[in-house]
Amino acid sequence: MMDVDISLVNWSRAQFALTAMYHWIFVPLTLGLSFLCAMFESIYVRTGNEKWKALTRFWMTLFGINFAIGVATGIILEFEFGTNWSNYSWMVGDIFGAPLAVEGIFAFFLEATFFAVMFFGWNRVSKGFHLFSTWMVAIGSNLSALWILVANAWMQYPVGMAFNPETARFEMENFWTVLFSPVAMSKFTHATSSGFVLAALFVVAISSWYLLKGRHVDMAKKSIIVASVFGLLGSIFVAFTGDEAAFENAQHQPMKLAAYEGLYKGENNAGLIALGVINSAKKPGDQQSPFFFELKFPGLLSLLANRRVGSFVPGINDLVYGNKEQKIMGVAEKMKIGQQAVADLALFKQARKEKNDVVAAEALSRFTANKHYLGYGYLMTPEQAVPPVSISFYSFHIMVVLGMFFPLLFIVYLYFTLKGNIGEQRWLLPIGVVSFFLGHVAGQAGWAVAEVGRQPWAIQGLLPVNVATTNIAVGHVQTTFFMFLGVFTLLLIAEIKIMMKQISIGPEGI
Amino acid sequence: MIANLEYATLQQIWWILCSVVGSLFLFLTFVQGGNTLLWQVAKNDVEKNLVINSLGRKWELTFTTLVLFGGALFAAFPKFYATSFGGAYWVWMLILFTFIVQAVSYEYRKKPDNFLGAKVYEIFLLINGTVGILLIGAAVGTFFTGSNFTLNLLNQMTWTNPLRGLEAAFSLFNLSLGLFLVFNARVLGGMYLLNNIDFSGMDEFQARLRKAVLINFVCALPFLLYVLVSLILMRGFSVDEAGVVSMVANKYLLNLLAMPLVLGLLLVGLVLVIVAVLITVFNGSSKGIWLAGLGTVLVGLSIFFLAGFNNTPFYPSKADLQSSLTIANASSSHYTLTAMTYVALGIPFVLAYIAYVWSKMDGKKLEAHEVVDHEGY
Ligand code: HDD
Ligand code: HEM
Ligand code: HEM
Repeated sequence: MMDVDISLVNWSRAQFALTAMYHWIFVPLTLGLSFLCAMFESIYVRTGNEKWKALTRFWMTLFGINFAIGVATGIILEFEFGTNWSNYSWMVGDIFGAPLAVEGIFAFFLEATFFAVMFFGWNRVSKGFHLFSTWMVAIGSNLSALWILVANAWMQYPVGMAFNPETARFEMENFWTVLFSPVAMSKFTHATSSGFVLAALFVVAISSWYLLKGRHVDMAKKSIIVASVFGLLGSIFVAFTGDEAAFENAQHQPMKLAAYEGLYKGENNAGLIALGVINSAKKPGDQQSPFFFELKFPGLLSLLANRRVGSFVPGINDLVYGNKEQKIMGVAEKMKIGQQAVADLALFKQARKEKNDVVAAEALSRFTANKHYLGYGYLMTPEQAVPPVSISFYSFHIMVVLGMFFPLLFIVYLYFTLKGNIGEQRWLLPIGVVSFFLGHVAGQAGWAVAEVGRQPWAIQGLLPVNVATTNIAVGHVQTTFFMFLGVFTLLLIAEIKIMMKQISIGPEGI
Repeated sequence: MIANLEYATLQQIWWILCSVVGSLFLFLTFVQGGNTLLWQVAKNDVEKNLVINSLGRKWELTFTTLVLFGGALFAAFPKFYATSFGGAYWVWMLILFTFIVQAVSYEYRKKPDNFLGAKVYEIFLLINGTVGILLIGAAVGTFFTGSNFTLNLLNQMTWTNPLRGLEAAFSLFNLSLGLFLVFNARVLGGMYLLNNIDFSGMDEFQARLRKAVLINFVCALPFLLYVLVSLILMRGFSVDEAGVVSMVANKYLLNLLAMPLVLGLLLVGLVLVIVAVLITVFNGSSKGIWLAGLGTVLVGLSIFFLAGFNNTPFYPSKADLQSSLTIANASSSHYTLTAMTYVALGIPFVLAYIAYVWSKMDGKKLEAHEVVDHEGY
C-alpha cells in the first residue's frame, strides 16, 4: 500500500466538498423550479390566459440563468472521481460507473434536448409540444438526481457487489439491488423533495419582494398560490423522508447517527436532542460530558432509530470500543481482522505473480474469511472511525429545525393568500424573502450530515478516504482548489447579479 | 441474447460504443470551432448575435456528449478512467475549466448587469474552442505516443512525470493532432453556421463564412498529413497472447493492413470531409456539415479502433510497458458490461428523439430578427 500524505487527503476532500457544495447551490433550484415552470405553463395552456404565459416565461428566464451554471459545476464533479479519487475509481468503478453512465444516456440528454425547445421553441413548435418539452425537462432533471443519488447511496450502504481479489476491486453482482436499495430510495425522495421546497421558497421570496414593493402584484399572488401548495406538500414529504433517512442511518451507519446526535454512551431509552451546545473538547472514551447544555425529548431517539420504544441505540463509545452486552464489535478488533485481510490480499497478489499456487490458495482462503472488515485494515487508530461530531451535530439540528419551520411558513402563506390579503402582511413578507436563504442553509447542512457524517469512509466500512485518493503531490490539488474557488465564485457573483437584474426588471406586461 | 455474449465480445462492443460517443463528440465540436470563428466572420452586432445564438442552441448537446463520454469510459473501462484522469491531472483539469466557463457564456453574455462584460464571455468561448480542443487532441494523441505511469499489483497508479499530463502537449505528434482538431472544428463550425442561419440580405457574411471554411481546411491539412504519416511510420505498442506488451515497428500501419475496414473508414471519412469542403466553397452548398460531420465521425472511429483493436494497448505506458491498458485488462466485469449493454439498447431511442426534436426546431432557419428580441441570448 502506498503511503498517503494526510494533507493530500484533506485537500482532496476540501476540493470535492467545495465543488459539490457549489453544485448544490444550483441543482435543487433546477429540480423544483422545472416542475413549477411546468405547472405554470400547464395553467397557461388550460386557461389560454396570456398573463400565465408571461408569468411562466419570467420564471423560465430565472430557471435558465440558474441551469447554465448548474451544468457547469456538474461536469467537474463527474471527472473529479477520476482526477482526485483515482484509486477509488478503480476499486468501485465497476459498480459506481454504471449509474453515472445511465444518467448520461437517459437523464442528461432528455434535459439538454428539451431544454432547447423550452427556451427557443415558443415560436417554432406547437403549444402542446412546448408544454410537453417543459415537463420533459422537469422529469429529466429529476432523473439526473435519481442516478447520482443511487451512486451516492451505494457509497453509504454498499450492496449488490463482492470483492474480487484477482482484480483487487469490488464488482457488481446485482444491478437491481444497487438501484432499489432502501438507502437509495430514501436519498432520492428526500433530496429531490428538498429541492422542491427550495424552489418553492425561491418563488415565494421573489413574489414577496414584489408585494413589498407593490410591483407585479397580480403575478406575485398567482405565483405564491402555486408555489406554496407545492412547497407545503414538498416540505411534509421532506420531513417524512428525512425520518426515513435517519432510520436507514441507524440500520446501516450507526456511527453517523451517533455523531449527529452527539450520543457517546448508548442507551436503551435514548432521547432525541432538541437543542444543545456541544462540548467540542470531548473525546471518545473520556469522562467529559458531551454537552454544555441540552434539551431532550426523552425516549424519542430509540423510537425513531429502531421504530421500537425503549430499544438500544449505540453511542460512539460502544461503536469504537465495543459493547459485549449488545454484541457490538469494537473498531480495534475489526482493525485486526482488516489488517489480516490487507496482508493476505498483498500476499495473494504476490503469489499469483510468482505463480505460487499453494501460497496463493492459502492467502485467498484467509482473505475470504476476513474480507468483510477490509476497510478497517487501513485505519491507524480506532478513534479514526469517528466522524467530526460538532459539524455533524449542528448541521443535523439546523436542518431539522428548518424542516419544522418550512411547512408552517407555507401554511401561513396559503392562509393569507386564500383570505386575499397576503399583500398586507408586511410582517410576513420579509420572512418569506429571508426563508429562501434558510432553504439553502438546510440543504447544505443536509449534505454535511450525509457526507461529513460518513467520514472516514469513502465506501462505508470498505474503503477509507486515505486509500481512495489519487497519488499526487498536494501542491497540484491546492492549486486546482483555488482555481475552482476563484472561477466558481466569479461565476456565482455574475449569476447573482444577473438574477437580481432580471428580478428587478420583472415579467413583461403583468 | 446479450446474456450469452462472451466477455471479450462485450469488451469490444464497449470499445466500439465509447468510440462512437467520442467520435460524435468530435463532430459536435463544431460548436467550439464556430465559437472561435466569431472574430473572423462576424463584422457587426447582428452577425455576432446570429453566430452565438445559432451555436448557443446546440452547446448543451456537445457538452452532454462529453459528459456521456466520461461516464461511459468510467463504467466500461474504469481502469482507464482512474489512471488517465488521476494521472494526467492537468490536461483534464484544464480541459474541464475551459468547458466550465463556456457553459455559462451563451446565457450570460448579453444579459444586463452580467459582471464580467460581453467581451470576457466571448473570450471564454474562444479559450474553450482553442485550448480546450487542442488539449483534447493531445490527450487522444497519448493513445499512440504513450504516457508515464506504472501500476502496482493492486492496480494503484503512480505517475512518473511531475508535469502530471501536461508533458503530453510537448510532443509534436500530440500537438499536431490537437491542432488538426482545432482547425477541423472550425471547418465544421463554418459549415454548421452556413446551414443553420438565414442569410437573406447578408451575402457578405455568408461569403466570409465560405472563405473561412476554405482557409481553415487548408490550415488543417499539414497537421493532418503529419499525423497520418507519423502513424504509418511510428513504432507502436503491441500486446501478445500472454498479455506481454512490447514495441513493434510500424504497428499502426500493420493494424490498418490487418483491419481493412478501419482503413476504409479512415479513407472514406477523409474523402467525405474533402467533398464537403469543395461543395461548400465552390458550389454554394449549405449541406456540407452533414458530409463533413459524417466524415469526422468515420475518421474518429478509425483513430479509436486503430488504438484499441488488433492486440493494441489503447492507453500504453512508456514508463512501464507492462502497466499498459488494453480493452481486456481495463474493462469492467462481465456482469457490469452485460448490464450496461442492456442499458445501451436505449441509445437508439435517445438518438431518435434528439433527431426528431431538432428537425422540428431547425425546420426554419435562424433569422436576424429572432436574435434581437428577448428570445435570444
Ligand atoms: C430543504 C432542505 C432540507 C430539509 C428541510 C430537511 N432536509 Fe434532510 N437533507 C437534505 C435537505 C433537507 C438534503 C440536502 O437533501 C440531504 C443531504 C443528503 C441527502 O440525501 O439529502 C439531507 C440529508 C438528511 C439526512 C442524512 C441522510 C444520509 O446520511 O444519507 C438525514 C438523516 C436527514 N436529512 C433528515 C432530515 C429530517 C429528519 C428533516 C426534518 C424535517 C430534514 N432532513 C429536513
Ligand atoms: C458528486 C456527484 C455529482 C456528479 C458527478 C454530478 C454530475 C453532473 C453533471 C456532469 C452535470 C451536467 C450535465 C449536463 O451536461 O447537462 C450535472 C448537472 C445536474 N446535476 Fe449533478 N452531479 C452530482 C451531484 C448531483 C446531485 C446530488 C443532484 C441531485 C440530487 C444532481 C442533479 C443534477 C441536475 C438536476 C443537473 C442539471 C443542471 C442543473 O441542475 O442546473 N447532481 N451533474
Ligand atoms: C451535491 C451535493 C453534495 C454535497 C454538498 C456533498 C458534500 C460533500 C462534502 C462536504 C464532502 C467532504 C466530507 C469531508 O471530507 O469531511 C464530500 C465528500 C465526498 N462526496 Fe459528497 N456531496 C454531495 C454529493 C455527492 C454525491 C452525489 C456523491 C457520489 C455520487 C458524492 C461523493 C463524495 C465523495 C467521493 C467524496 C470524497 C470522499 C469523502 O470525503 O468521503 N458526494 N461531499
